[in-house]
Amino acid sequence: MSKAKKHEPLVHITKRGTLPLWHNLAIRAIGLAAALVVCAIVLYALTGLNPLKIYGAMFKGAFGSARRVWTTIREIMMLLCIGVGLAPAFKMRFWNIGGEGQVLVGGVAAAACMIYLAPNMPLAPVLLIMFVLSALAGAIWGLIPAVFKARWNTNETLFTLMMNYIALQITSFCVSKWENPYGSNTVGIINPTTNAGWFPSIFGQQYMLNVIIVMLIAVAMYLYLKYSKQGFEIAVVGESTNTARYAAINVKRVIIRTVMISGAICGIAGFIAVAGAGHTISTSTAGGRGFTAIIVAWLSKFNSFIMLGVSSLLVFLQRGASEIASQFDLNDFVSEMIKGMILFFILGSEFFINFKVHFRTARKETENK
Amino acid sequence: MEANLAVRMVNITKTFSHVVANNNITLEIRRGEILSLLGENGSGKTTLMNMLSGIYFPDSGQIYVNGEEVSIASPKDALDLHIGMIHQHFKLVDVFTAAENIILGLNEKAVLDLNGVRRAVKEICDRYGFVIDPDKKVYDMSVSEKQTLEIVKVLYRGADILILDEPTAVLTPQETEKLFAVMRNMKADGKSIVIITHKLHEVMEISDRVAVLRKGEYIGEVPTSQTNPQQLTDMMVGKATTLNIGRPEPNGLTERLIVKNLTVKDADGVKKLSNVSFTAYGGEILGIAGISGSGQRELLEAIAGLQDPEEGSSIMFIPPDKEASELVGRDPEDIYKSGVGLAFVPEDRFGMGLVGSMDLVDNIMLRSYKSGKSPIADRKHPRERANKIVEDLEVVTPGLGTPLRRLSGGNVQKILVGREIAAEPSLLMTAYAVRGLDINTSYTIYHLLNEQKAKGAAVIYVGEDLDVLLELCDRIVVLCAGRVSGIVNGRSTRKEEVGLLMTRLSGKENANE
Repeated sequence: MSKAKKHEPLVHITKRGTLPLWHNLAIRAIGLAAALVVCAIVLYALTGLNPLKIYGAMFKGAFGSARRVWTTIREIMMLLCIGVGLAPAFKMRFWNIGGEGQVLVGGVAAAACMIYLAPNMPLAPVLLIMFVLSALAGAIWGLIPAVFKARWNTNETLFTLMMNYIALQITSFCVSKWENPYGSNTVGIINPTTNAGWFPSIFGQQYMLNVIIVMLIAVAMYLYLKYSKQGFEIAVVGESTNTARYAAINVKRVIIRTVMISGAICGIAGFIAVAGAGHTISTSTAGGRGFTAIIVAWLSKFNSFIMLGVSSLLVFLQRGASEIASQFDLNDFVSEMIKGMILFFILGSEFFINFKVHFRTARKETENK
Repeated sequence: MEANLAVRMVNITKTFSHVVANNNITLEIRRGEILSLLGENGSGKTTLMNMLSGIYFPDSGQIYVNGEEVSIASPKDALDLHIGMIHQHFKLVDVFTAAENIILGLNEKAVLDLNGVRRAVKEICDRYGFVIDPDKKVYDMSVSEKQTLEIVKVLYRGADILILDEPTAVLTPQETEKLFAVMRNMKADGKSIVIITHKLHEVMEISDRVAVLRKGEYIGEVPTSQTNPQQLTDMMVGKATTLNIGRPEPNGLTERLIVKNLTVKDADGVKKLSNVSFTAYGGEILGIAGISGSGQRELLEAIAGLQDPEEGSSIMFIPPDKEASELVGRDPEDIYKSGVGLAFVPEDRFGMGLVGSMDLVDNIMLRSYKSGKSPIADRKHPRERANKIVEDLEVVTPGLGTPLRRLSGGNVQKILVGREIAAEPSLLMTAYAVRGLDINTSYTIYHLLNEQKAKGAAVIYVGEDLDVLLELCDRIVVLCAGRVSGIVNGRSTRKEEVGLLMTRLSGKENANE
């Protein structure tokens, strides 16, 4: 045993100071490149297909035609909107797992407006009402767990998760009430002939309004978190409620306010999903994005612009993956695998940004001579 | 000579990103001696010893134990070499008993032989004069008992070389004496002991030899019998400093804070303060003395609105040229809004006073960001203020954008105190303002407090070092178990009297207990 002890360990790890930005980006780029190489090897080993062809097909799947490009953009905006919504809550270390439910209740509110109001009103005020009501619905869905958290310190993770199921049941109920045609148990496209309550095309682009609304919210959230007093309060409460109380911050008020904002933006995402994309409502309107968006928010450290990048990557992977699944007759698991590996390498590069790894060198042996 | 060496560390260097914590240090530890490792904060004492105990791994240099070169990559390696360290922050499982903590992590047989452990613990205790109850749960223990347990733990694991990191920081004078007696017994038994400290009188009292570090460099070593506190101070700080703290006469005393019958209970309903009454005057420094946990924290937090006092308590605050106002029943937001100039340097720097992940500017604005009607936070003025604090208090920082957690404890404290003072308070409360700070920084802080006193602020100084309290404060309130056991004059009281008040309530109150 004592013999072995004479050797330095093979690697040891130390914490880094602050890295220059280019260094930081370089590590991430290397991580991404390594992910692609490893994926290529695994893909070839498993399927015998040319990995470059598979990557090419993924790219084509996401950006192959104008229509595909716009569908990809629409999906990116959806994910970004929810990510931006979750960001303030997570920055406050309020684990809002309820994005899914908040999107759904926002969607239900929007769908209700489309069904009951849109046929009898001009478009602009209808959209405005839908916007407000969806935001309100989402905000209420955030308010309930926030009040319980602020007053009785309940566990928000479980609470927001449970709220998802309630939202799901409400959606099911509404779907059965609004089902069309009768007996189909789906709502179908709402107002398919009049397009009442649908987002209008702008510059000839069907999804332009989605982009405008989401980008406005994203930029506003960036400024809100970075420059406003309320944003500062969110950061302090997130770090330590004791410090917040010491700094004369009303912690309860900040929790309730922030989670309401978070829920409201998720509600707006539901509005966009219904009026700007699907034109229908179903229990899969949120489609798991409320959970994926948690990755978006955390990976970006709540920075709106990085969130745009992360959402783009995730949507690209997802759209590309479904393309290769059909084109090469591979099943969905291959795409899930690629997604998983790329995320693994991106998260892994965080480690190399924070820590430095030293390998054992031959220094000692030469010294001893 | 060689044979007498327990440990030899040769040319040890350790850096943390850009900071050189230890530069080319060579240190010897002999068998059967007590070595003091002396140095200011951030001088690299703990880092050096952490490399001996396997917490860190040196960037370069060799370590020899009993003459043989070794590589210590983990605390387990260190224990295999019979090296054990007692850290400043105890590493015990609260819900376990002493015996359970002692065998925790030892890969012994599947069946726990707790009786065997009890016997072995008793044997160790008898040999060195410890008192410990193997079946007592850690959460029921006092700080001193926990420390004893930590020492017994490493002895049980066969340590011959013990490293104690600032062991007396948490002890009362009486407990310190007990610890020193035990250390002498261990030394007589042939153990080598390293005590990390920056308290000179302890160095003089306990150690055989003193090794001094300064800013990561090894300065030198001297036998304790051939040195004196003044020489050690010179070695430690690099230039001769006087040990006198200034205490200007208070001027223009005005009543600033009248505390009456203050009673505070914690979440479990345990009384932390009972019927505390005193008056703090503008223009004086009022010391609060007491063994840690005697209610100091609750007292300051109650005044700051962070704790809810019980019915019948009263904290009357009389700002200069303004109406007196009652602070009981108001939260910090309320107190802030009413414009009461109340500054508070809490004990828990990162848990309450500052946000470690935020930079200097954001931390400076923590107390003032609400000012102005704009929804946008003003960072321009805090930036100017931060610049001024950095300049005035000689804060060492790479820049205003550095997260505070990356700065050393002394610099962090300067920022905290600087911020609280910058608001020109009429009442300044500080809890252990110099805890863990080196001598130079401590004097900077004392000087700042005296400045506030001269400006007419009422300063409340909660301290643990009685020498400092008696040199700095005009009057001292002594707390014992949540009660005021005496209010004494800082100029005419002897240290022993305060020490006595800290441990015993005076006559009549005692009878009620």
